Amino acid sequence: MLNAPKIFLTIGGKHQRHAMLVLMIATLLLLPFITDVLLGRGWVRIVDFAMLYIMLALGLNIVVGYAGLLDLGYIAFFAVGAYCYALTGSPHLALAFPMLFPDGVHLSFWIVLPLAALIAGGFGVLLGAPTLGLRGDYLAIVTLGFGEIIRIFLNNLNAPINLTNGPQGISRIDPISVSGVSLNATQEIFGITFPSVHLYFYLFLAFTALVIFISQRLEKSRIGRAWMAIREDEIAASAMGINTRNLKLLAFAMGAMFGGASGALFAGFQGFVSPESFSLMESIMVLCMVVLGGMGNIAGVILGGVLLALLPEILRHSVVPLQQALFGKSIIDPESLRMLMFGGALIAVMLYRPAGLWPSRVRRRELNTDEADEKV
Amino acid sequence: MSIDSTQNHINPVRPDPSTGSGLKADVEGWAGFDKLSPNGIKNSSNSINNCLLEVSDLQVAYGGIQAVKGISLQIAPGELVALIGSNGAGKSTTLKTLAGLLQPVSGEIQYDGNSLKNIAAHQRVSMGIALVPEGRGVFARLTVAENLQMGAYSRNDKSEIASDLVRMYELFPRLAERKDQLAGTLSGGEQQMVAMARALMSRPRLLMLDEPSMGLAPLMVKKIFETISDIAAQGMSILLVEQNAKLALQVAQRGYVMESGAITLSDEAKELLGSEAVQRAYLGG
Repeated sequence: MLNAPKIFLTIGGKHQRHAMLVLMIATLLLLPFITDVLLGRGWVRIVDFAMLYIMLALGLNIVVGYAGLLDLGYIAFFAVGAYCYALTGSPHLALAFPMLFPDGVHLSFWIVLPLAALIAGGFGVLLGAPTLGLRGDYLAIVTLGFGEIIRIFLNNLNAPINLTNGPQGISRIDPISVSGVSLNATQEIFGITFPSVHLYFYLFLAFTALVIFISQRLEKSRIGRAWMAIREDEIAASAMGINTRNLKLLAFAMGAMFGGASGALFAGFQGFVSPESFSLMESIMVLCMVVLGGMGNIAGVILGGVLLALLPEILRHSVVPLQQALFGKSIIDPESLRMLMFGGALIAVMLYRPAGLWPSRVRRRELNTDEADEKV
Repeated sequence: MSIDSTQNHINPVRPDPSTGSGLKADVEGWAGFDKLSPNGIKNSSNSINNCLLEVSDLQVAYGGIQAVKGISLQIAPGELVALIGSNGAGKSTTLKTLAGLLQPVSGEIQYDGNSLKNIAAHQRVSMGIALVPEGRGVFARLTVAENLQMGAYSRNDKSEIASDLVRMYELFPRLAERKDQLAGTLSGGEQQMVAMARALMSRPRLLMLDEPSMGLAPLMVKKIFETISDIAAQGMSILLVEQNAKLALQVAQRGYVMESGAITLSDEAKELLGSEAVQRAYLGG
């Protein structure tokens, strides 16, 4: 029961659950085609980005949800992963250092991806080591600073040596190609035409599934329980024989690795990276996905990721036409409306569902026992 | 010191994690929860003067402020020793240092004949030193059963852990009733039981209790102290830190009185209970 992929399943018998699982997988596999037909190609791209956000949110969930370490600079690891991919997969290094890399690096995707994850994990330890003694607000401030430092470095490392190409960013990044098949071109497989965005969707879906699987195993593992003990009471955890230093570093590293891997996927998908994609606002957005959805609960975090990634796009596509139909012109910019709605949603969730939209098993039980106690 | 030498052998020999592969817990029995058996293992690893824990001239400071100013104390195997004193005397600081949560400025801690210098808190747990922290420190959002499981974090003998869990529920029947509840929803006394059972789950040889009576109703305090005497009667070595001097000295064999970072008195618990100085300072006349 513990190991079953039960995150999307709530009620019903065994057969019903199997049927639901099959239905869900089928829907996910057909999702790009359904979206394409119903909403248009642009929306498939939006769904692809939503998947990247889900991966990021799940990675941050390890740090914040499991280990209870508030990280406000998480997007920095996404940036590190993205720049790893961008530097190795673009002509930039060949142009900047013709002596060292006459033809650029251009490694295989299967080498760059783990490399990006590892380097990001290294940065995670780099952030974790000096902040071991910090908790709560203090840790949040330091991580916020760390995120900004990374962004500012990326912005300014075009001189004295041009490593990151500064604010212009790095373009002409190689598309991801899986076993010789480039995902940037329309491919025909078994007579079915798969446009590029569809191909990326399946790649991201596979990685999201992997991230979900790893998160689930971690949650139930000895490591996961030790993280939760640290989250609850660090002194008691240490008195239980938990090596709090190593486990906190591990949480930072694991979270950062997920961030780095999704960063590499982002760079390959987008074909262009620049420091402005990695602003503080992005870190806060990912944190909101975790908090809004339900900290520590995988299904909740996925829900938060989907909602917050799709919300701005839904607004953009509905607010302007709606206003034009009502007033004949666009009065409110959808972007400013987005922040208004976002703030409102956040306040509403914190007031009425403080544990998130889809709280974890334990949080839910916590609320239930409170009610039970009151009845007694 | 009044130590019954027959209690000596029921403390099982624990492998030293700094030398051996570590966590294979003893199968023969465990100090607290097996009845005294005459054919137990002879514990030969104690130092010559027969101390499980020997602290000499321990000094601890927070930044520039010295909280513990060179104290010395001993605990023999199977002994219940009380460390009493008023607020801010340095009792909790002493316990935290013994558990490895604070680093001493100077002084020596000998445990089972080995120095604890440079041994981290988590390693001390697998050597058999368990701390029940001040304010209990239960994992509020984990269930009672999960809390107890966390206590056995330093062990990997699954079947033994399961049987210890059963013993804990026998020792604290209240916890058995509530094993699937979140620890944070329990009463203070029940949380203290969780904290004690959790510490016992590591199969300690030395149990250190930090203010177990803190914030509890008098009836619950009585119950907790009865349990402490029970555990002690079964041969566990216990260091009990308390503000409630009378209660602590009633269950303890020996006591130390701590005042502003130094030990001012040490004697048999009975003597201390009767002593005028202690009466005046801690027992309200």
